[in-house]
Amino acid sequence: MNRLDIQLPGLDLKNPIMPASGCFGFGREFAQLYDLSKLGAIMIKATTVKPRLGNPTPRVAETPAGMLNAIGLQNPGLEKVMAEELPWLERYDVPIIANVAGSTTEDYVEVARRISTAPNVKALELNISCPNVKQGGITFGTDPVVARELVEQVKAVSKVPVYVKLSPNVTNIVEMAQAVEIGGADGITMINTLIGMRLDEKTGKPLIANVTGGLSGPAVKPIAIRMVYEVYKEVDIPIIGMGGVSCVQDVIDFMSAGASAVAVGTMNFVDPFICPKLIDELPAKLDELGVKHIKEIIGRSHRP
Amino acid sequence: MIQQERMTVVRQREIAKNIFEMTLQGQIVQEMTPGQFVHIRVSNLLDPLLRRPISIASIQKDSNEFTVIYRVQGRGTNVLSQKQIGDEVDVLGPLGNGFPVDAVQEGQTALLVGGGIGVPPLYELSKQLNDRGVRTIHVFGFQTEEACFYEEEFTKLGETYYVTNDGSKGFKGFVTDLLNELKPDFDVFYSCGPLPMLRALSSMYENKKGYLSLEERMGCGIGACFACICRTEEGQEKDYVKICSDGPVFEKGVVKI
Ligand SMILES: Cc1cc2nc3c(=O)[nH]c(=O)nc-3n(C[C@H](O)[C@H](O)[C@H](O)COP(=O)(O)OP(=O)(O)OC[C@H]3O[C@@H](n4cnc5c(N)ncnc54)[C@H](O)[C@@H]3O)c2cc1C
Ligand SMILES: Cc1cc2nc3c(=O)[nH]c(=O)nc-3n(C[C@H](O)[C@H](O)[C@H](O)COP(=O)(O)O)c2cc1C
Ligand code: FES
Repeated sequence: MNRLDIQLPGLDLKNPIMPASGCFGFGREFAQLYDLSKLGAIMIKATTVKPRLGNPTPRVAETPAGMLNAIGLQNPGLEKVMAEELPWLERYDVPIIANVAGSTTEDYVEVARRISTAPNVKALELNISCPNVKQGGITFGTDPVVARELVEQVKAVSKVPVYVKLSPNVTNIVEMAQAVEIGGADGITMINTLIGMRLDEKTGKPLIANVTGGLSGPAVKPIAIRMVYEVYKEVDIPIIGMGGVSCVQDVIDFMSAGASAVAVGTMNFVDPFICPKLIDELPAKLDELGVKHIKEIIGRSHRP
Repeated sequence: MIQQERMTVVRQREIAKNIFEMTLQGQIVQEMTPGQFVHIRVSNLLDPLLRRPISIASIQKDSNEFTVIYRVQGRGTNVLSQKQIGDEVDVLGPLGNGFPVDAVQEGQTALLVGGGIGVPPLYELSKQLNDRGVRTIHVFGFQTEEACFYEEEFTKLGETYYVTNDGSKGFKGFVTDLLNELKPDFDVFYSCGPLPMLRALSSMYENKKGYLSLEERMGCGIGACFACICRTEEGQEKDYVKICSDGPVFEKGVVKI
């Protein structure tokens, strides 16, 4: 019996573990290391209508138990992703979640309409939360009315279920979650990175060329857990949780707080085999917890 | 093929001020070529978090050993310098594309120009070029005498010149100052070091064939995260390259530096 399978809108997951968007490219590099069919799903790098060259370098800086990044959504653009990356991924038996980004509603709608027709794209992840692009992105992610309207428009054209990726850079994350749920979102993915800065010790100047960057890695996990916990109580759509996952206990924590599946971002850079390792380690962890199927722990923090 | 391996420290010593030479043993040595690098996780803890990119300085395939030479810069390299013989180190590699040793023929001359901590990858390169019957000239720039290393090793392989900014060892000034006086006769140059040096060399030897090893801040080290991007010069096939997986070595004129 598979003790790890999870069913979510559009997604038949062998297990609840998937690499997070932007930390796995389009899978090619990690495919040199292990069989991608092992993964529950793959969240591919953000795709925009036109290719984007991204921000100047340095784009990354290390912080205590974390890192800042300001990649700037560099990607080869919709045409190339449709013509080269997605067909290449078809050799693997793994559902793809396409991360959709843009600076205008039209951009999002265009990418969503086209990318949702790819046979292996089983769900979209609307990235309304990238802190590293000057326009769009984050404004969609901080204003509940704007976010709801965007989701409605994308839902109207998408052939597959739409998940919305929430930004933690808001005062009230529950309000954002509720807004996208009303807009018709099929699920929520959370959290994206937290806006941060690091200064050069000698000059006092920002280390990242973009000045600010998004904080990720183990350092952000307590915030992510808190947000998943709060959102789970107030919405009825499923959550894919992420933010600092580095070990199997973190997976259990996210699922206990209310996530139905878990994405791993930054730790793929530290241990490129982390996803398959977590998948292999989960059954023993379930034994330890005395549960038969991983579903049983979803939301257990909230039980009386 | 890229692999992750827990390699064993077989030697570690300080060879100049804050400069360490560490030799590691393991299977992935068999796959290494000069100019490639490894990505080292210095601790199993979550801080320091990211791997550190370090060049391969020499390869001993018969004993499954390779050597890195690194400067203690910040937390990561400091932790690395504390490793004792017998300790295990988590190594991902070999990564990237190294120096093309076959860009120069037997009987020809290669000029190897290094700056500071850019010198190490030139050592394995020089060994392999000499093995192929190529004459090598080495010109290395350092801040000061205390930071210089491997003089004996390089001198065994070919003509070797040291340049220091303060004149405490060898010629005083920059490597390009010495090269202007030396006017060496060579067929191909290979270089690794600070950007201003690479820029100066590229314009000085505009009509020569040359290869440059570049550096950039990295996330993954394998081409997946888009952290280490550099724009290319006009007329190249692609608008950008990834230093980690397309480089770190590029032919002169490919990358905008
Ligand atoms: C392809 C490549 C090959 C290299 N080879 C060597 C070598 O052979 N010997 C050597 O001494 N150094 C080498 N470096 C530089 C070396 O990676 C840095 O000195 C080292 O990462 C510093 O880590 P730290 O923790 O001591 O310093 P910190 O300043 O504490 O590091 C903080 C973060 O910044 C990154 N970082 C800091 N300096 C650099 C740098 N110059 N380049 C890239 N990332 C940096 C670190 O990796 C880390 O993520 C190489 C760099 C690259 C990209
Ligand atoms: C280098 C890097 C690039 C990222 N790119 C994207 C992206 O393109 N789209 C997106 O929605 N999130 C992106 N993210 C955010 C991650 O998907 C994830 O939400 C966040 O990093 C938190 O998870 P972690 O702590 O496990 O990394 C990126 C993160 C990093 C570190
Ligand atoms: S470091 Fe990730 S792409 Fe080069």
